[in-house]
Amino acid sequence: MILSGALLALFGHFLVLSLLSIGGAITVAPDMHRVMVDQMGLLSDAQFNASIAIAQASPGPNVLFVAVMGYQAAGLAGVAATLFGIMLPSTTLALAAARWGHARREWRAVQAFKAGMAPIVIGLLFSTGWILSAQTPGWHHIIPTIVAALLVWRTRVHLLLLVGAGAFVGAMGWV
Amino acid sequence: MTENSLAQPSSKKELFVAFTVLALQGFGGVLAVAQRVLCEQKRWLSRDQFVEILSLAQILPGPNVCNVALMIGDRFFGWRGAFAALAGMMAVPLVIVLFFTALYSQYALNPAVAGALRGMGAVSAGLIIGTGLKLVGALRANPMKTPICAALLVAAFAAVALLRWPLVWVILALGVGACALAWMRLKPRVAAVSRS
Repeated sequence: MILSGALLALFGHFLVLSLLSIGGAITVAPDMHRVMVDQMGLLSDAQFNASIAIAQASPGPNVLFVAVMGYQAAGLAGVAATLFGIMLPSTTLALAAARWGHARREWRAVQAFKAGMAPIVIGLLFSTGWILSAQTPGWHHIIPTIVAALLVWRTRVHLLLLVGAGAFVGAMGWV
Repeated sequence: MTENSLAQPSSKKELFVAFTVLALQGFGGVLAVAQRVLCEQKRWLSRDQFVEILSLAQILPGPNVCNVALMIGDRFFGWRGAFAALAGMMAVPLVIVLFFTALYSQYALNPAVAGALRGMGAVSAGLIIGTGLKLVGALRANPMKTPICAALLVAAFAAVALLRWPLVWVILALGVGACALAWMRLKPRVAAVSRS
């Protein structure tokens, strides 16, 4: 059981990381590793990697990997420290920025932001897909990735059906 | 889809339930499901509005889909709506992920489980790419010309996916240039409106 002082330090650190997590909490994962594994010794390397893998295999937003880390480090109190820490600052900022922008949506600057960012945002989506795909070794898995992309783009097939099919071909050892 | 044909959630509870159901369908990321449910099934947002909200959600710190949930909730019901949408996105998935954590150590080495996870990962990469392909259509109405949009899209992809440059710098460098270009393209139209 770790001391509440350590939990407080963890909470404080995640508050800062929250404001740096442009592109999602996963972008600051290297720094979480530095603090929780190397500095504080709250998690092993294997536990750290498993946290990300478990969250990706579970339904819901990927940021929940942060909760898994907190849970493995200090149970539910750890979840509170890491999850509230990573969410509070970014949530507050997102709400304020969205209100500011929406109230001024007729402004030329706001419209220029919207138009200018649109192609970049879509480019970033392709990047996320690419990076997710590239982190799996081998090349067989590219086939379900391409098939899923085409089906999502062109049809209305249920997304859970696609994920289930992926789990099936994976469990059979085909990818 | 015109903005007139859009619907609205009737209550904060409907928001909470919708985001819970949506989050529970999202394995390896919720964005693909969010686009499908919010734009196509519920019709709470047009494709343009989705890209707009996503733009802001992506340049701000924090998990993108959580920022999207907050902004949509806030637009319909203020901060209480924002909280309802975010809570819907996180509460039930949090319980499930902690449950999986407890199970994980027993099944992590099972080859069928490891294979299934790999297959699901491959599909979730495809879901994101397919969502991107769908949203490309929203660029047709962009005030910047199509070749410029295409160049920006490819540059963002190359910098982040291929060169692995830090996202902050890519967004800053490309974003400032793109917004300046869009600003200049918007000028004549805004002037014409103000004259009439």
